Amino acid sequence: MLATYTPPRFEYVRSRDQSAATPPHYPVIIVGAGPVGLAAAIDFSQHGVKTVLLDDDNTVSVGSRAVCHAKRTLEILDRLGCGEPVVERGISWNLGKVFFKDRLIYTFNLLADEGHRRPAFVNLQQYYFEEILLGRLRSLGHTDLRWMSKVVSVATEREGVKLGVETPDGPYALTCDWLLVADGARSPVRHMMGLESKGQVFRDRFLIADVVMKADFPTERWFWFDPPFHRNQSTLLHRQADNVWRIDFQLGWDRDPEEEKKPERVIPRIQAMLGDDREFELEWVSVYTFQCRRMDTFRYGRVLFAGDAAHQVSPFGARGANSGVQDVDNLVWKLALVLEGKAPERLLDTYSDERVGAADENILNSTRSTDFIAPKARVSRIFRDATLELAEKHPFARKLVNSGRLSVPATLRTSPLNTPDVPRDQFHGSMVPGAPAADAPITRDGIPGWFLDLIGNRFDGLLFAPSERFVAPDAADLAALAREAIPVRTLIVVPNGRGISVVPEGCEVVEDTVGWLDKRYDSRPGTFYLLRPDQHVAARWRRFEASSVRAAVQRATCGDLGRSDHVPLAAHAA
Amino acid sequence: MATLITDPNLSAPDDFYESLIDMHRDLDDEASAKVNARLILLLANHVGDLDVLREAIRLAREGA
Repeated sequence: MLATYTPPRFEYVRSRDQSAATPPHYPVIIVGAGPVGLAAAIDFSQHGVKTVLLDDDNTVSVGSRAVCHAKRTLEILDRLGCGEPVVERGISWNLGKVFFKDRLIYTFNLLADEGHRRPAFVNLQQYYFEEILLGRLRSLGHTDLRWMSKVVSVATEREGVKLGVETPDGPYALTCDWLLVADGARSPVRHMMGLESKGQVFRDRFLIADVVMKADFPTERWFWFDPPFHRNQSTLLHRQADNVWRIDFQLGWDRDPEEEKKPERVIPRIQAMLGDDREFELEWVSVYTFQCRRMDTFRYGRVLFAGDAAHQVSPFGARGANSGVQDVDNLVWKLALVLEGKAPERLLDTYSDERVGAADENILNSTRSTDFIAPKARVSRIFRDATLELAEKHPFARKLVNSGRLSVPATLRTSPLNTPDVPRDQFHGSMVPGAPAADAPITRDGIPGWFLDLIGNRFDGLLFAPSERFVAPDAADLAALAREAIPVRTLIVVPNGRGISVVPEGCEVVEDTVGWLDKRYDSRPGTFYLLRPDQHVAARWRRFEASSVRAAVQRATCGDLGRSDHVPLAAHAA
Repeated sequence: MATLITDPNLSAPDDFYESLIDMHRDLDDEASAKVNARLILLLANHVGDLDVLREAIRLAREGA
């Protein structure tokens, strides 16, 4: 097995902490060196926060597991300094095809417009993904990564957390101010704390097979409903790096998962799909059950949960690892501000609120996809097949076909961190407060680049200034904002080929090369956006005013001017 | 003369589909068929235009 890939074995190194007289103390400890824990450690490193990262194993992911990395994940990885190697090593795709029985019924494009650095998706085996993140983490040098270190006990105290860790050299103890739990869907730490992830288990199973073969299928997502080679069930095909193909077969509930994993059961299924004469090698097989569940809240005092440990979805839609990376994106800047004493602890409640809202969106989409792919009742099956039949000829029905609503980032519309628009400002388009900032091609100092590369990790301002007179009167205020305790650094957006003669201190000028920024942000001369360190829109105005920007930063960090009466997002969602 | 819309026209397709499937929850086949019939009649009255309805009937019959 694993013919194309030999997993690395990382050396267990005894830590000095193991001989300490009293348990050593750290500001942040992360449990689980999967995609989520690794991304968190990188993000903390970039904020100058040293962490200890504990993992109970000594290698990367066994099997390809999370394969489809969504555009937003790639953008977050760009911010974390490791997007490019993932895109280069992986396979980019934008197109999906849907088949019903023996026919192609339609093709869809997930990236309908141009002017984005990243494609809709990159497929890359989870082990490569983790190796790339590990490389980045090591180059930053702020993380104490401890392999073969299994957390066996958790004691939460008012001012911190005490951990028992088991190693090949025996047990030792650690304490921390904050514990980030990213130890996966089964989450041993969650169990140790007596907490539950609750939801729905669907009575259906899928077999995942990684197959090595030379195939000339295009790099697209292919989904079959009721194909001739797998009657009454569905099948999904994805291409990964190294000529590895992911094939998912719906099994139904009655099959014995252990039996179905045996090569003598799997190989004939694949032969039926590919035709008898194609050569292939089976690399990895797994069986999973559909489930959609989450914890009630992702923060328990000093313990924060992220990724599959906090929420789990059926895999159609690539909403697992992608949403875990978005959890990190949301959490780390907040915790960094709390650690610096620049924001109160209740800012971390908004991590839970915002990401619980996102998890519910993912669970809703995943549940609907599961219901469409695996209809429970006869009448559901009749409607599904009728939808598929109509979809071949009639575009309206394609909108109803659900082979997985593929991961898009959550717009945090109801977040208390947003400053609502002033009605008379009359903004249009999708860059509402709470939305993740859209990318666009820009030019800086004559060099072409991408907008999202210039923002993030701090609060950014975005001032649309077609001429000098939209900058000059506010130059002193813009410079002052860049010197605040929580600084706001403003990018001054000018039309292609233009410039600003006197750039305020702490600001930078970018040219809107094709005009996409202008369009996507529905700008008018003088429009100002405030963006959070995770690149989500915090506030926007038609006219810059330093006092409004300061108030919006306070609000986005639960500061003094922000409202103290906390309203959970879930209350709005109901 | 009005024509049948076959391009996407639903404001929230996934919400609609969920409601449609939900309508049948806990019903047996005969009860489901009756509910479907009532739904078609209600929608037909809403559409009103006979040409449009006949076009829909023709397209629905095509796949049978």
